[in-house]
Parts: sequence; C-alpha cells; structure tokens
Amino acid sequence: MSAPSTAVEVGTEAPAREFGPLTRQMFVRYSGASGDLNPMHYDDEMARSAGYPSVFSQGMHVAALLAGYATDWLGAERVRRFGVRFRDQVYPGDVLSCSGVVTDTAPRPDGVLVTVALAAKVDERTALTATADFLLPG
Amino acid sequence: MSAPVGTRGEEFEVVVERGKIAEFAAAMQSADPAYRGAEAVVPPTFLASSAFWRPDSARVAVGFDRRRLLHGEQEYVFHGPPPRAGARLRAVERVEDRYAKPGKRGGEMRFCVVVTEFRDAEGTLVAEARGTFIERAAAGGAA
Repeated sequence: MSAPSTAVEVGTEAPAREFGPLTRQMFVRYSGASGDLNPMHYDDEMARSAGYPSVFSQGMHVAALLAGYATDWLGAERVRRFGVRFRDQVYPGDVLSCSGVVTDTAPRPDGVLVTVALAAKVDERTALTATADFLLPG
Repeated sequence: MSAPVGTRGEEFEVVVERGKIAEFAAAMQSADPAYRGAEAVVPPTFLASSAFWRPDSARVAVGFDRRRLLHGEQEYVFHGPPPRAGARLRAVERVEDRYAKPGKRGGEMRFCVVVTEFRDAEGTLVAEARGTFIERAAAGGAA
C-alpha cells in the first residue's frame, strides 16, 4: 500500500497526530470491536466505586490508536511487530498526542527492517509507549 | 490454580472476517483502505478480538488475584504480512514465562507471559500475541 515517499533513516520522525478529545462512545465502540466488555470502561458508577474519577479507556484501545498512527506512517501490510507498554490511564476528554521516531534500520535479504519508538501522551503524561518493526522495500 | 510454564491450552479456530476488520479499523479511527474490502489486512492489534473465538476452556490459567491484576505489556509479531480477511487460523495459548520482582513497597510482584500462537491451514506460524500480566504485591507486604 502507501509507500513512504521519503527516505527512512534513524532519527526520521512521523508526522505528529492528535486523537480526541476522547469520548465514552469511542470506548464503547472499542469494547464492541474487541470483545473487551469490562464495565470499567463504560459504567461510571462502577469506576467511581473502584476509586477512579470516571470510566477510562481500555489500554488496548489506546494501543489500537497508536498502532493505526504507526501503520498510516509506514504501511499496514509492512508491519512485522508491534509491542506496547501500558503506563497510565486515559479519561474521557483527554487528547492523545502521538509521536514516532525511527530508532534502527537493518538491511535484510528481503528489504530493510525499520524499528520505531512510539508514544501516546496526554499533555506531559505518557499513557502508552510502543516499539514496532516494519519491513520496507530495500 | 496457575498453569506452569510450558502449559498449552486447547486449540481453537479463528476466522478473520472483513466486517470485523472494518469494525476494528473504525474503532481505531483509521480510514486506511488496507483495512477495508475483501483483501483487508488485519490491523496490528486486531488479534485481540480473537477472544471472540476462544472458548473459556482454551485459556491457560494465569492464576493471579483479579483485584491486583494489571496488563503490563502486549506485543504482536507477524512472520510475514499480517493475515488477511478470509484467513482461517488455528490458535493456541501457552504460558511462556513466569517471574517475580520485589514490590516497591515490599512484598512481591509476580509476572506471567502468555503467548497465543496463530497458524495457517498448512500449520505455518503466521502471528504471535504476547501478553505480560502482573499481579501487584499484596498491600501490607513486608514493608
């Protein structure tokens, strides 16, 4: 699919992108899509009784947004690995700021394996970090 | 009950459906045409939805206290282009690793790594999902 038109080398940055403000409807849509029906993500009363200020996003929902950000950049069919680390909660009204940078490139017989580091932040708070590998044409 | 390292669950079928891919892409706010149509490829975290296909009996027992359970990390590995709509995969969970670290306020944090292997009709490993689950140290541990 969409090939990156410019050279990809260590230090190359993805175009910044924001998601949000996030809504409860987005959490519910992810619940349905993924099958994660944990009520902490759509039942405010239950979330408050567990000590949270309100419902909060599924970590895997934020992971999916960051994954789409990465494949928009380097190609949906070229991804070979995507790994996330969950760091902090994301609440309705939050705006996620996504960033990505190339951290390694390794030539292989079938192309160049490009490793990237990705992050999703709410203001200065890091909600999720990820690394991913993409196999690009050599 | 917690399954020891090396435990494998029973195999289950996962059918990759184009409508489910499109629904997942909508939830990830992606308009990428690669995620639509008869040739749609799965998004990087799509295999999370394979839970729809997994009978409870196919799960390996992490065995952690749910009140202290955290999902720490999640990784997807693709041994080639990600699977496409129409793929019929065979999936199996296995316990890859267990380890423990001292908790910040005493006690012990326990970790369990569960891998789900996805194979095509020929038995070739096409994708793996690797989840790291954490059981926080019990309150009032050896502080």
